[in-house]
Amino acid sequence: MTQPPRTTPETAPADSPVLRLGALEVGFRGQPVNVLDGVDLEVSAGEILCVVGESGCGKSVSAMALMGLLPPAHTRISSGNLTFDGEQFDLTRQTLPPRLRGGRMAMIFQEPMSSLNPAFRIGDQIAESVLQHQGGTHASAMARALEMLRRVGIPAPDRRLKEYPHQLSGGMRQRVMIAMALANDPQLLIADEPTTALDVTIQAQILDLIRELRDSLGMACLMITHDLGVVAEIADTVAVMYGGQVVERGPAAAVFENPQHPYTIGLISAVPRLDAPGGRLATVPGSVPPIAAMPTGCRFRNRCPFAADICAGKPPLAVQDGGHAVACHFAPLEQNLEVVA
Amino acid sequence: MTGTILKATNLTRHFGGGGFLSETAPVRAVDGVSLDIRRGETFAIVGESGCGKSTLARLLMRLLAPTSGTVEFDGAEVTTLEGNRLRDLRRDMQFIFQDPFSSLNPRLTVGRLVGEPLEVHRPDLSARQRREKVAELLTQVGLLPDHMSRFPHEFSGGQRQRIGIARALASGPKLIIGDEPVSALDVSVQAQIINLLGDLGRDLGLTLVIIAHDLAVIRHMSDRVAVMYLGKIVETGPAAEVFDSPRHPYTQALLASIPSPETRSEGRKARVQGEMPSPTAPPPGCRFHTRCPHAQEDCRTVEPKLEDPGTGAHPVACHHWQGIAAATGAQAVPKPRNETAEARFALYRAATEGARLEKTKKTETT
Repeated sequence: MTQPPRTTPETAPADSPVLRLGALEVGFRGQPVNVLDGVDLEVSAGEILCVVGESGCGKSVSAMALMGLLPPAHTRISSGNLTFDGEQFDLTRQTLPPRLRGGRMAMIFQEPMSSLNPAFRIGDQIAESVLQHQGGTHASAMARALEMLRRVGIPAPDRRLKEYPHQLSGGMRQRVMIAMALANDPQLLIADEPTTALDVTIQAQILDLIRELRDSLGMACLMITHDLGVVAEIADTVAVMYGGQVVERGPAAAVFENPQHPYTIGLISAVPRLDAPGGRLATVPGSVPPIAAMPTGCRFRNRCPFAADICAGKPPLAVQDGGHAVACHFAPLEQNLEVVA
Repeated sequence: MTGTILKATNLTRHFGGGGFLSETAPVRAVDGVSLDIRRGETFAIVGESGCGKSTLARLLMRLLAPTSGTVEFDGAEVTTLEGNRLRDLRRDMQFIFQDPFSSLNPRLTVGRLVGEPLEVHRPDLSARQRREKVAELLTQVGLLPDHMSRFPHEFSGGQRQRIGIARALASGPKLIIGDEPVSALDVSVQAQIINLLGDLGRDLGLTLVIIAHDLAVIRHMSDRVAVMYLGKIVETGPAAEVFDSPRHPYTQALLASIPSPETRSEGRKARVQGEMPSPTAPPPGCRFHTRCPHAQEDCRTVEPKLEDPGTGAHPVACHHWQGIAAATGAQAVPKPRNETAEARFALYRAATEGARLEKTKKTETT
C-alpha cells in the first residue's frame, strides 16, 4: 500500500499537543448540576488517547463539545478553552469555525449506518467532504475517494465507489466512515465507540486499521470507548472518566498495571478474565446516579468502598511520576488504608 | 442431579425460500445442530452475529418450530407440544432477554410483571400469597419488596435486568436460557449480574444456557461451551479445554481477536481475514474455509463432521485440527501485576465485600 501522493499536514513539534482541552464544564439547560465538571485532556501527534468510562460518564459529551457539536439550545458550556494546532478557541461561545470540522478535525461514530446517507453512493459522499474542504473538480474528488477506499482496505474499491451504504456490511461501512474522515488529512481523528457495533473478529480488523493509519499518517487520535479490552489493545494514553470528571489519566501501561483510582480498580476487577474463570467477580457497587443526584466533591463517593468525610471535597487530579495522574484523596490506597480485623 | 436435561438432535431451521417456483434461497440459520445439555450445568453457545445462536436458543425454547430435527426436554419430545402441555413446558423453561429496556412492559408495575407468570403457572395462589412470593423473588435478585409498586422506567439497566431475572424465576423453572443476558450492561453492572446468575444457578440447582458473543463472560460463567459458525457447531467441550486448547481455527481466531485488559498485546496477532459469508449461500465443504488460514483442497469440497475424536479430546469439526493445534501453540499468558498493585486490588475486593478499613498510622501522623 503506497502513501497517498499528497502533502501531509505539517506536524507540530513532538512535545506540543495537537489538542489541549482545559477546564471544560458543560451543563444541560434546566439541569442545575453540570454534566462535565472540569475536564482536561490533551493529545499529541501520533498518539492514541482513549477516554474510557461507563454510560453517562460524559465521554461523548466531551468529544461533542470539542467538535462544537453541542446544540446551544439544550446545552451550556460555562467554561472551557481549546487549543488546537496552536490556535486558541473559546468553547463557551459554542461556535467553532466550520473549516475545522471534517477538515483538520474529523470524527467517526459508533453506528456507521446512521452516519452515512442511505440515498447517496459511497463515492459521492466521500467526494462531497473533499470538495467542501479542498475544492477542486468533482473528478479529482472522486479520485481521492477511490484512493481512500483503497487505503482503508476495501476490496474492489472502484466498484464499491458506486454502491450504496446498504450494500455494505457493518465492518465495510465503518471502513468507509474512516475513509471519509481521513480524506482531508486531519490532524485529529475523534472516534466515538468505533467498534462497539462490530463482531470481535471485525473489531480486531478495524483496530488494526486505525493503528496502521495512525502510524503512517501521524495523526492524533482521541478514541472514546467503554471497553477496557479495546483500550488495552490500542491506547498509548488513557483517561478514565466517571460522572463528568477525569478520575485517572496516564500512559496505558501505568493505568492498567498500576491503577490508582478505586473506580479504575473496580472496572478492571469487574471484567471477567479468560485465564482465571469461576468464582465471584469484584464489582462496583450500585449504579451511576442520575446527573441531578450526583454527589458533590468526588462524584464517585456514593459508590466507592473507601469513601469517607474528606471525599465531600473534590480531590485534585494529582500528577505522580511518569505523567500518571489520579484524583483520589486516598491514593495510593495501600499506603493510606488497611483492613482492620 | 446428573444426566441430560435438554437434548437437540439434528436441529435445523431455515427461513424463507418458500415455494417451488421461488428462486430465493432459504436462510439456513441453524443447520443440523445436535446438543446435550446436562442437568445443573451452565452451557454456553458462542459465535458472532448471524451465526444462528439466537435462532438455536429459540428452537430449544420452542419459541420457534424447527424445520427438521427434534428437541427433548427431560426425556420428552417437545417439538410437537401444544396447548396445556406447551404451557407446562414454559413453566419449566424460561427465557432472559438481552435488552432490559424493551423486554419489560412499561405500563405494568414491577409487582404485576413478576406476578404475571405466577398467575399463569400457579393459579392456586391467592392474591396475598402471590404478593408474598413476588416480594421473595425481588429479594432473591437483589431488589427490595418496596420496588413492587414502581414502573420499569424508574430503574437502571442493571436493575431492569434483575426484574427480568425475577420474572424468569417466578414459575420455578428447571432451565433458564439467557440470550445475551449481560451484553447491554455497563461493565460494573455486568459483573453484578454475572455474580447473581452464578449464585442463583448454584442455590436453586438451575441449568443455565447462555448465548453470548463475549468470550470472557462465557469463560467465566460456563462449564461447557459450543462454538457456532454459520449455523453449525464447529467445536464443543468443557470450557476450560476449548479456551485453553482451542482446536478449530475459527475458535482460535475468535480468541486471538478479543482484546483483553489482562493481556496487553505486544505486537500484532494473527487476524482472521474477511467477513462471514451469507447464510443463504453457505460455502461448500467446511463453511469456514473462505476465511481459514489453514484451508486446504479437501476443506473446499468435503464437509467436516463434528465428531468425538476419543482419547480424552473434545469434538471439533475440522479435517486438519491435529496439524493446526501443533502449529498454533499455547495462548499468551497475562503479565502478573506487581505487588503494590496486587495489594490495592486485594484491598478493593475486601472493601466491597464489607471489610472495615481504617487509615494507616502513617497518615494519621502526617
